[in-house]
Amino acid sequence: MHGFANPARFLRIARWLMPLCMGTGLAVAVLALAWGVFVAPAERLQGETVRIVYLHVPSAWLGMAGWMGIAAASFTQLVWRHPLAGIAARACAVPGAVFTGVCLVTGSLWGRPAWGTWWVWDGRLTSMLVLLFLYFGWMALSQASEASDGAENRAPAIFGLVGAVNVPIIHYSVIWWNSQHQPPSITMGKSAMSGDFLWPLLAAMLGFTLLFAGVVLARMRAILADQQAEARLRRKALSEVEF
Amino acid sequence: MREAMDPWTFVVAAYAIGVGATAAMVGWSLVTMRRAERRRDDSRKR
Repeated sequence: MHGFANPARFLRIARWLMPLCMGTGLAVAVLALAWGVFVAPAERLQGETVRIVYLHVPSAWLGMAGWMGIAAASFTQLVWRHPLAGIAARACAVPGAVFTGVCLVTGSLWGRPAWGTWWVWDGRLTSMLVLLFLYFGWMALSQASEASDGAENRAPAIFGLVGAVNVPIIHYSVIWWNSQHQPPSITMGKSAMSGDFLWPLLAAMLGFTLLFAGVVLARMRAILADQQAEARLRRKALSEVEF
Repeated sequence: MREAMDPWTFVVAAYAIGVGATAAMVGWSLVTMRRAERRRDDSRKR
């Protein structure tokens, strides 16, 4: 694990892994969405609107997975001081926030025909909205701490760990409290869904997860390249001043 | 009384927003990465 903390080794791996994740993810996601829209049947009660599930559930999963990525990277940064951990956390933030936003918007578009309302302030929807605000707060804090001294800063890492408390709240909100939202249909090892809906959903989750991984790797490469360019230009400027 | 709503309007809107946001994010991350790596390579040459 510590071996991957070496930026040069990471870049060697990311150079082939990033296009592989993006290419495979794109192909699988497109096929899964086409399967969900054109092949999978309409649901008995919800009719055609059930097709939103193939976008809504993967984006909900990735919104939460993105924050778990931030929390894991923050823990690694605080405990082992891996040089890539802070970069990995920064790389997870934008795709996590985008998927959380997509989850909220697609959920709202599903709620209007299914529940008769765009929004209800129940546990699931509110905790998901809190997650979006946590992402915004984390990004602002990360940018501010980077601008302030450029050195290793622990505030975003601590915020990342504390914010992870919201993830189990999102998951269990439909069990703990009365909710307009349905309880989980897929749990470890079993599913309440018919295979007609389950397989395209699992394929969409796989495709979007690979896309997410590809975006995180691309963003890590971008942040590393920016840091290397900055360091090189700073060294050159210093050497010119010395002359 | 139940409102008559076309379900496809909601499905198409959800897919347009979801697919559009994902495509924009993928494209932006690739452009940002290429730009940053070009800047790093240029700084090496200088």
